[in-house]
Amino acid sequence: MSRTSLALRIVVGFVLLAVLAIAALYLLRPRMLPRTAGPSPVNATTQTINLGEYLARAGDCVACHTEINGKPFAGGRAMATPFGNLFVPNITPDDETGIGKWTADDFYRMMHTGVSRDGTLLYPAMPFASYTQVTRTDSDAIYAYLMAVPPVKQVNRPHALQFPFSNRELLLGWRTLYFREGEFAADPTQAAEWNRGAYLVRGLGHCAMCHTAINALGGSSESKAFEGGMIPNQNWYAPSLTSNHEAGLGNWEINDIVDLLQVGASHRGTVYGPMAEVVYNSLQYLSDDDVKAMAVYLKGLPQRDSEPPPTSQARLVDPRVMELGRAVYSAQCVVCHGDEGKGHPPAYPPLAGNQSITMSSPVNSIRMVLNGGYAPGTMKNPRPHGMPPFSHILNDDQVAAVVTYIRVAWDNSGTPVGPAQANDLRKILPE
Amino acid sequence: MRRLLLFSLMILLGTSGRAFADPEAIPAFKEVDSMDARVQGCVTCHGQNGQGTNNGYYPRIAGKPEGYLYNQLAAFRDGTRKYAPMNYLVAYLPDPYLHEVAQYFAKQRPPFAAKEALRADAAATARGEALVARGDAAKGVPACSACHGNGLTGMEPGIPGLVGLHPNYVVAQLTRWRVGDRHALEPDCMKRIATRLSDADVAAVATWLAAQDAPADPSPERSNLVRMPLACGSQR
Repeated sequence: MSRTSLALRIVVGFVLLAVLAIAALYLLRPRMLPRTAGPSPVNATTQTINLGEYLARAGDCVACHTEINGKPFAGGRAMATPFGNLFVPNITPDDETGIGKWTADDFYRMMHTGVSRDGTLLYPAMPFASYTQVTRTDSDAIYAYLMAVPPVKQVNRPHALQFPFSNRELLLGWRTLYFREGEFAADPTQAAEWNRGAYLVRGLGHCAMCHTAINALGGSSESKAFEGGMIPNQNWYAPSLTSNHEAGLGNWEINDIVDLLQVGASHRGTVYGPMAEVVYNSLQYLSDDDVKAMAVYLKGLPQRDSEPPPTSQARLVDPRVMELGRAVYSAQCVVCHGDEGKGHPPAYPPLAGNQSITMSSPVNSIRMVLNGGYAPGTMKNPRPHGMPPFSHILNDDQVAAVVTYIRVAWDNSGTPVGPAQANDLRKILPE
Repeated sequence: MRRLLLFSLMILLGTSGRAFADPEAIPAFKEVDSMDARVQGCVTCHGQNGQGTNNGYYPRIAGKPEGYLYNQLAAFRDGTRKYAPMNYLVAYLPDPYLHEVAQYFAKQRPPFAAKEALRADAAATARGEALVARGDAAKGVPACSACHGNGLTGMEPGIPGLVGLHPNYVVAQLTRWRVGDRHALEPDCMKRIATRLSDADVAAVATWLAAQDAPADPSPERSNLVRMPLACGSQR
């Protein structure tokens, strides 16, 4: 074979590969949705706009689309991801810098397929993998509401993602692996209440964004739905909603689940950190019926434990650590949480039998000891109790010892933690 | 002195006894459904009654005007005053509750900690005293006491008292104002003053303030716009 013909073959090979790649990109690219026949609902009634406001609360749009202390929905907020900072866009109805020129079709397509008005693929920090379940009627109501909020002229900041994540075409790969487009389909074997809960949890609530583990590619797989995981960049652990060893709600009373979600504090536990944000900005505004429906659905999630309970070997604690932990506990914690770890719920959560204390990840307990925290101030709990920070009072050994103590005392089923784990979390700024 | 401090700190943080911090910093209350219990989130840094703790940074908040305390809490919540531990703690607390917390600490009158030994040379002491009592006309700096009160206990509704603060805290705040990291409501009079002070001025004022006796009456003065040399947003 001559050298030229080999070179030719290589060139032809590359060309073929390139053609295949382009074809693949073309085929994988999401289609435009067909236009709906009717005109855009620009004559939305107040009723529709109010419904849209309610649904936008359920979707917690404001949390990401508003800069700290900024104008609502005007975007600009930096969202840290493992791949660099995303800057959340302006979704006020400003014609130039917001979504003022979008139609209800454009908006539904974005919600349903994760494709922007101009065909740009959205990064999955926008929870379209959840919002795809939202019905057209609800999407139109949210659209009507957003068209009715005050327009703000604020130009979107370009994202600051590292190469290669700055290339949006790579999202085709992510979408192929992790995105399933499709509106919520009610399960006819379940009650209407369960289905309403499922719709809210899996759709607008986008609970899976945190409560399903995210892998190195920023994807989460359906088979691990609601099994929990670390929240990237926030350094809080979102507990599994399917394991009774974590935040699985199988053995909770419906009332306690409702209180946790809507009030922010319950007789079983209290929300802090990112979940306090969700309750504060979103869940406290939902109707009693809707929160109860979510509770019913969450309680009914199939229980499965991805890991077996810790062995007795793993639960062995050095007696000196236990003694130190007990000493710290009696000095600092006992006044609120009690000798027996029963707390004063709902003001001070119980520690005995509290799954969020004993679950395999000790991150949240360590962070609470270091940084303290207030439950969110909600309509049903406007004057919440709070826990002070101890990072300046307790050293790493003491933090590890007291967290170990509450994880194993009172028949709690947790495992000991080490000073290095406390030290890692001490270095980060609380948020 | 420093060695003594370190030693007492080691005793306080010692793991042998039950005490892990000074007793004022340990959570304590009688009724769960009370403000006493609700403000326990504040006590490990600011003390049981807002008197501050023996930690060299956290400020006394007891007796500062309610308006000032509320402005700070709201600014921490909204991120306009930046200090991560505070931003985190109050992030999801509604306005009426922040007012209530501010009111709670504004009403407290715990005793002052012993004043600190004056650690400055004669020139710095004179400079600190001069800035506090008379200001520096050449630099366009009014006396601290003009706004913060003759007893330096602050002025209603929005100007904080300066007594009982650790010098580290005062230096940090003035420096943050100078570099544009801390702001007050516009017009930000404190910014105009802080940017006219030198590092040495800031240190002199902070050191002198910390070495003063506790005031006979720790309450802030009543609002007195006539006397104030600058327009301050917090007094409107």
